[in-house]
Amino acid sequence: MSKSPEKKVIPFGPYHPVLEEGELFELTVRGEVVEEIYWKTGYNHRSIETIAETKTYDQICFLVERICGICSHSHPYGFVRAVEDLAEVEIPERAVYIRTIVAELERLHSHLLWMGLAGHFIGYNTVFMWGWKYREPVLDILEEVTGNRQHYATLKIGGVRRDLEESKYEKILDMLDDVEEKCRMLLEAVPEDPVLKSRLQGVGVLTEQEARDWGTLGPTARGSGYDIDVRRDHPHAAYDWVDWDVCVEESGDVYAKTMVRLRENMESIKIIRQCIDQMVPGPIENEVREIPPGEGIGTYGAPRGETFHYVASDGTNSPIRHKVRAPSFNNVPSFEASCIGEEIADVLLTLAAVDPCYSCTERSLKLTPTSSDERLLTPRQLLEASRNKTKELIDQC
Amino acid sequence: MNWKERLARWGIKRSPWVYHVNTGACNNCDIEILDVLCPRFDAERFGIKLVGTPRHADVLLVSGPVTRHTEQPLRDAYEATPKPCAVVAFGACGCSSGIFKDGLNVNGTVDRVIREEDPEAIITYVPGCPPRPEAIISAAVKTLEAL
Ligand code: SF4
Repeated sequence: MSKSPEKKVIPFGPYHPVLEEGELFELTVRGEVVEEIYWKTGYNHRSIETIAETKTYDQICFLVERICGICSHSHPYGFVRAVEDLAEVEIPERAVYIRTIVAELERLHSHLLWMGLAGHFIGYNTVFMWGWKYREPVLDILEEVTGNRQHYATLKIGGVRRDLEESKYEKILDMLDDVEEKCRMLLEAVPEDPVLKSRLQGVGVLTEQEARDWGTLGPTARGSGYDIDVRRDHPHAAYDWVDWDVCVEESGDVYAKTMVRLRENMESIKIIRQCIDQMVPGPIENEVREIPPGEGIGTYGAPRGETFHYVASDGTNSPIRHKVRAPSFNNVPSFEASCIGEEIADVLLTLAAVDPCYSCTERSLKLTPTSSDERLLTPRQLLEASRNKTKELIDQC
Repeated sequence: MNWKERLARWGIKRSPWVYHVNTGACNNCDIEILDVLCPRFDAERFGIKLVGTPRHADVLLVSGPVTRHTEQPLRDAYEATPKPCAVVAFGACGCSSGIFKDGLNVNGTVDRVIREEDPEAIITYVPGCPPRPEAIISAAVKTLEAL
């Protein structure tokens, strides 16, 4: 008998043809089986939180949109909710509906995009091309509603920037019919397709306990039978005014995550229809003149899970602290549970199945051992200290 | 320009192969690049193709402000690309670092890094955040004209 294969480390990235963003995975493999996974991000770190502290509240809406291109409604939504929580602003009903419509359109386009990419990863490019083709009408509606295909710039503290004219309802509903038909086709085709089934079922299983332990969110958690959805659990936007279901699948493999997303597409379409139906006339924003000192938090159910924003204000026109926690930050570490013991060809798919977004995840974090008595300075104190030092030096000469 | 270089440039124009480097983009530019290759816009019918390594590429498509971690990989990718090649600074971020200009971790624009490697490099700029697919196709035509 041949001796057992030796351990090898296979680097994967930072630039790899299937990874859109730069990130590095090091897979320790024995033969074909992955034994350990090490991952390193940081390539996309742009210090957004620090930039946010130098901008005004209105400008930050545009900045947080650019945290991630796919969630470009989710991050501003988290942010405006945090500021609205801080300033205790009421949002007019019409604005809430418009926000929800854009949010659900975004979910629709994000899930179709993922479906396409998943097809691409397993070498089934037909699915890739079809998924992305079906996504185009959604982008068209988004352009119709917000004026841009991506980076919608719809949100504003206190309401929305643009009204949705009544003449557009008809057009949106027509396009939705078209998209619905295609989403239903995908929903029916995936369970019947022998290639997809054999490639997705039983791959990268994340059990419910593991999903809870790693704190996963969104479709990653729901695919493992962990019934969590911030849209239902902490209602915001118009989610408690419309009728929809949380989609949960039990098996925890990539197939379950795919089905969760495909079923969510149908729910999104349902929500948008109801929002258009229930839309009330009225103002689209409440003017906010002042942001008082204080703290606020905002959560939003993004396509990948719960987005969390924290804003602290000292009463000036820019925040003193802005913290972002994107869902991928929780979902990405669950690779350590789902990838170990998989074959190397399946790992890629398992990595992709949580729909990771590294540009969302890149927050820097400083860990200090609790026993250390080293002095910690905030950036402000550091700036102060450096100014004092400069003054001293000037005085000396 | 000697005959070999002229021949190479003539060859590239028939079917430019593109290598995409993400230097800290927000994903949206990357999605639009893929979108252009998909059925609605289908740039592949002009022979434009994304390839998996800079060694096969004629065009280096760089999206994103150049962050500290991606500066060296970008230099390496440019080095590895056979010359003559064109560089496309993609999106507002690629052209000028865009909204992230003041970031602590952002090292500067694509053209600064590429010019440091090679002052003679051919660089096309595609502004937009993200550029629309039509703009991308038009940029492809202009890049080929510049070669
Ligand atoms: S130009 Fe805009 S869309 Fe492109 S990477 Fe920069 S922020 Fe994102």
